[in-house]
Amino acid sequence: MAGDKVDPVHQFVVNKIVPIEIGGIDFSFTNASLFMVATLAVATCFLYFTTSTRSLVPGRMQSVSEISYEFIASMLREGAGSHGMKFFPMVFSLFMFILTANMLGMVPYFFTVTSQIVVTFALALFVIGTVVFYGFYKHGLGFLNVFVPSGVPGILLPLVIAIEVISFLSRPISLSVRLFANMLAGHITLKVFAGFVASLGTLGALGIGGAILPLIMTVALTGLEFLVSFLQAYVFAVLTCMYLNDAVHPGGH
Amino acid sequence: MFVTAAYAQSTTTEGAETHDAAAGEVHTETGVAHEGGHGSGVFPPFDSSTFASQLLWLAITFGLFYLLMSKVVMPRIGGILETRNDTIARDLDDASRSKAEADAAIAAYEQELAAAKAKGNAIASEAREAAKTKAAADRTAVEASLNNKISAAEARIADIKTKALADVGAIAEETAAAVVEQLIGGKASKAEIASAVKATAK
Repeated sequence: MAGDKVDPVHQFVVNKIVPIEIGGIDFSFTNASLFMVATLAVATCFLYFTTSTRSLVPGRMQSVSEISYEFIASMLREGAGSHGMKFFPMVFSLFMFILTANMLGMVPYFFTVTSQIVVTFALALFVIGTVVFYGFYKHGLGFLNVFVPSGVPGILLPLVIAIEVISFLSRPISLSVRLFANMLAGHITLKVFAGFVASLGTLGALGIGGAILPLIMTVALTGLEFLVSFLQAYVFAVLTCMYLNDAVHPGGH
Repeated sequence: MFVTAAYAQSTTTEGAETHDAAAGEVHTETGVAHEGGHGSGVFPPFDSSTFASQLLWLAITFGLFYLLMSKVVMPRIGGILETRNDTIARDLDDASRSKAEADAAIAAYEQELAAAKAKGNAIASEAREAAKTKAAADRTAVEASLNNKISAAEARIADIKTKALADVGAIAEETAAAVVEQLIGGKASKAEIASAVKATAK
């Protein structure tokens, strides 16, 4: 097991806790599921209990909830206009869920839900699916204007449309891979440097002296990773707002 | 390299549907055997045998989270913010209305003060005027009565004087008659004495 501890990839292994199998498909309750439930519980409880007093003058914790609410509200209003506000619950849920999952992942021995490509890809597909569905539902074929930027000369139009289509199709991939890769790479880097500390520490006095450098790196990287955790949730939410803008205003670039 | 190899492997297992179930079994078996180690050789995030479970639980948890957010938490926070904005707006309204009321009260007070001052001045000047005229009237009345008294006194003085003078004539006549009687021994006629006294008094 000592080898597993140092292995930087071990933290991403999905372990079954309660094996469930329905119709030959494995739906086991795993450590990933456990931390999804933990994310749900932590985020909901925080938002629910900090606002339970409904103080007119908010305390610190209530302020945090209110600031996140207003932060996402202004982000969405700037990104997609007042018509985009019907997607507020969706963007808010996405942001809070990803942020909480990222932050929980920073706790040692905790599983990082967002370090699984299938999770981030599912969330990205949910966003793009919403954009496409709402776009066609609201604007019909007019939604295809998304691929036709205004003010482009006729000769260039086929090329531009091709580029726009490709960029649109790559959105779910870039959206999911960005979050996944950031969380994965960050955690691996942290683990590698922390592993250096442990392995150098076993080499006697010189090793302990030498372990100071990776220890400092680990501390610094931990701070950086907290930043990245927030930033990636923010980026995911901002891009969601931008994509939703296409669904709300397909013609306006 | 490791990642791409793993990804390629997972895609091939996905692609070959007939192998899929078998591959899944292999994964689970190795998973159990290695106590959760990634002994299967697949990079854990690309281990497709876990995808179905993760997707299901993500759908359950995120769906529940979305419901809780949209039905419970967000209306509550929105309500708090709305109440606060309403309260602030109402308080500001109250404050500006109170200020307007205070201003109006001050204006009314100053107006009343000015009116009262004007009234006071009017009353004062009226009283002064009245006092002045009364004083003047009193003075003229007093002067008139004094004049009357003076003239009456003067008349009385003149009367007394004439009376006295008349008495003086009579006394002179008697005295003259007595003097004449003593000196001459005869009696002078009354008329003669009177004319003589009159002539001397003149």
